[in-house]
Amino acid sequence: MRVEVHDIHKHYGPVRANDGITLTIEPGRIHGILGENGAGKTTLMKILAGYTRKTSGYLCMDQVPVDYRTPTEASQLGIGMLYQDPLDFPFLSVLENFMIGQAVGLANQKKYYRKKFDSLAADFDFALRPNVQVNRLTIGERQQLEILRLLSLGIQVLILDEPTTGITNVQKDYLFSALKKMTSEGKSIILVSHKLKDVEAVCNQLTVLRRGKVTGEMKAPFDTDILLEMMFGQTPIPFNRCLQESGRTILELDNVSAPGGRSGLSDCNIRIRQGEVVGLAGLEGSGQDVFLRIAAGLLRPAGGSVMLKDKRMNAKDYHCFKHSGVFFQPSSRLEEGLISGCSVTEHFALQSDHKKFVTKWSDATSDAKKKMTEFRIIGRPDSLAESLSGGNQQRLLLSFLPRNPLLLLLENPTRGLDMESSSWVWQHLHKYCSDNTTIVFSSSDLDEIIMAADRVLVFFNGKMIKDTRTCETSSYELGLAIAGKR
Amino acid sequence: MKPKLLLRYSKELILTLAVVFLFTTIILLVTGAPVLAVYYHIFKGSLGSWAKFGHVIKTWIPLTLCACGLLYTFRIGLWNIGVEGQVMMGAIFATAVLRFGVESHFSELYLFLSILAGIAGGAIWALIAGYLKTAGGVNEIFAGLGLNFVAQAIILWLIFGPWKRPGIASMSGTELFPKALWLPSTFLLRISPIGIFSAFAAIILTALMLRYTRIGLCLKAVGNNPKAAYLFGVKPQPYMLLAMIFAGGFSGVAGCLQVTDVYHRLLPAISSNYGYLALLVVMLGNFNVWISPAVAFFFACLNIGSVQLPMMLQLDSSLSGVIQGASVLAALGMQAWRMRIRSNEVGAFYE
Ligand SMILES: Nc1ncnc2c1ncn2[C@@H]1O[C@H](COP(=O)(O)OP(=O)(O)OP(=O)(O)O)[C@@H](O)[C@H]1O
Ligand SMILES: [Mg+2]
Repeated sequence: MRVEVHDIHKHYGPVRANDGITLTIEPGRIHGILGENGAGKTTLMKILAGYTRKTSGYLCMDQVPVDYRTPTEASQLGIGMLYQDPLDFPFLSVLENFMIGQAVGLANQKKYYRKKFDSLAADFDFALRPNVQVNRLTIGERQQLEILRLLSLGIQVLILDEPTTGITNVQKDYLFSALKKMTSEGKSIILVSHKLKDVEAVCNQLTVLRRGKVTGEMKAPFDTDILLEMMFGQTPIPFNRCLQESGRTILELDNVSAPGGRSGLSDCNIRIRQGEVVGLAGLEGSGQDVFLRIAAGLLRPAGGSVMLKDKRMNAKDYHCFKHSGVFFQPSSRLEEGLISGCSVTEHFALQSDHKKFVTKWSDATSDAKKKMTEFRIIGRPDSLAESLSGGNQQRLLLSFLPRNPLLLLLENPTRGLDMESSSWVWQHLHKYCSDNTTIVFSSSDLDEIIMAADRVLVFFNGKMIKDTRTCETSSYELGLAIAGKR
Repeated sequence: MKPKLLLRYSKELILTLAVVFLFTTIILLVTGAPVLAVYYHIFKGSLGSWAKFGHVIKTWIPLTLCACGLLYTFRIGLWNIGVEGQVMMGAIFATAVLRFGVESHFSELYLFLSILAGIAGGAIWALIAGYLKTAGGVNEIFAGLGLNFVAQAIILWLIFGPWKRPGIASMSGTELFPKALWLPSTFLLRISPIGIFSAFAAIILTALMLRYTRIGLCLKAVGNNPKAAYLFGVKPQPYMLLAMIFAGGFSGVAGCLQVTDVYHRLLPAISSNYGYLALLVVMLGNFNVWISPAVAFFFACLNIGSVQLPMMLQLDSSLSGVIQGASVLAALGMQAWRMRIRSNEVGAFYE
């Protein structure tokens, strides 16, 4: 189906998230949408998927103007969207999730859908077992499930908003070949991403957005430099980690085991030294998440000991760790990191140093203003956290980092950031290390780990299976380790 | 609060009230009641004379107090259904104190103590529900409902047992307190300045607390995202208990005033369902400190105005209940619709 977008505007008060966007998505093509943080990509996709209403402009499908208001209406017209955090029901089985939204009536149609599911999954080579409960799946597998469900709903246009964050390279290959297969059947794909490499690998055509406007279009083959120019106005400087002498051990885990996450954590022996940057690699939920949470006091270990600077911390809670200079930041921004419904100013007021009875709003506002300029957060002090674009939410989270922490535990710190911002963030974080702060972070991007960390720990199935310096390894080797093939 | 937002809430409120009227009118038409006459009598019955207006105010005071208390619990995301029982407990505690004052010469002292006792009674009752929630994970709605029944049972037991009137125990309650233990009231409207004062004090205190203090900020943070609030260094449990204490305390004052200012004794229906009504008031008032009292006033008028309907118009006495029920439904319907509009505007949030 051919989708035409004509002069779309979306205004949030004074903010022009989309400011006259016109583009055409050809049938049978993979159309990439690029743009810096806050460019308006998600907004445009939400309009296309019926999730948000546009301020003005119109949409045509196969030359017919269409107007719809809800995601259901959009999917009836054949437009479906894959959300970054898939909207599934974690306690139902894969098959039950697949049936949601399509099985109607009282009859038990499990058999019919089982058949449909199996044939679709086989078509795309997705190794999904229909009876597994969804909360046991990785993000990548949940994505596959959602794609199958959308396809069986008869989707002709599939929108993916940053689908490659949080999945492995293997899963990415499966995803991309699935996308290619769909286009060969005449379906159109819209792919929003910050990862130029991914976009270049799979897209036939690209549109670049900047500040709500289209700043350029390009057909494959792509010229990276020109693309970067269109996205940022200049080429971002790559970041790199200069090797540091590391100091004494500050965090020590001995034989730690804990339940939680997908695989828990078993027999973990890890020493982290002062001033180090340690990257945690592994499939989503292979134990690195549990490790970070134990190191932060958010999870209690079932066995073993946790020492922070020679102090046993086993039964302490996060606030106690925080007191000793440990700072944790989760990857799920709106679920755990930020408080939706609260403004940026309120976030700063909440964590201000002097916890007086009366809130000093003027101080909080000026704090917010200062940090927003420093971290280049697009928005106003009174913007609600959920109204910021994904990347700006991430910057807001990073702006909460304390001044002189001992240990920063960061889950996917650059998730959803554009290239320019992530290199800026790492320059900022590396400055902390020269003041002897230790950083432990997880990332699904191996290249990022290799560039930003001194040392990498690979987790597989709840165990730490590899511990090496980043200068002695490669992303190929790490990729094998992640998959459990040492 | 920005004026623009206030304007918008007021608009929504007026629209809601219009729908309430429409819905009620339809119900009246269906039952064959004379629509205009009914409205006329409701109006006359509530605002038609100074005496009636005084009654309205007497209803408005406890409604507003409960509504203010509920703002704290709603802010932190708790459904404090137990507010009804907290009113009753406030009344019980106040009565208990006043019983000591019957023979005393220091009636003012006992009146003052009764308010403190009311606060304590409501707060304790709320704390029980809060504790069950924070320590035992018991849903506050169920705990609250259960405690409401218990409070009602205690009142009945007291009236028919230890506090029964000499000779006859009856549903009409305990013996009337001597005039000295009534809250002083103005001659004209028969309303007590202390009651009015406490309602306004509650409004202003709540507005200041929620807007300008760390407590208000933390309540909001925990209410919107307890996990994130914890990471920001705010422990959710103590704030939940604190919110319950505020809610219980304000409702307890309402219960105390029901005894000292309205009925001058303890009776089974001492809470007059004001707690439940206050829940509705706050929801209709968009959880806003300034709008909720206005909504409370509207319901107070409706409540008082419809008391005499059955007598004046020879209607079935259940009609006023039906009208209130209809307005509740209409209001909730409007609320749902409003939520839909808003979520459409903001765009459901993900990424
Ligand atoms: N509900 C909202 N209310 C107010 N402003 C909003 C809302 N949603 C988005 N915006 C603003 O619109 C602009 C574009 O946001 P959008 O989410 O489309 O960016 P994006 O291109 O997806 O960025 P990112 O790469 O960071 O996810 C941002 O400045 C954002 O603050
Ligand atoms: Mg986005």
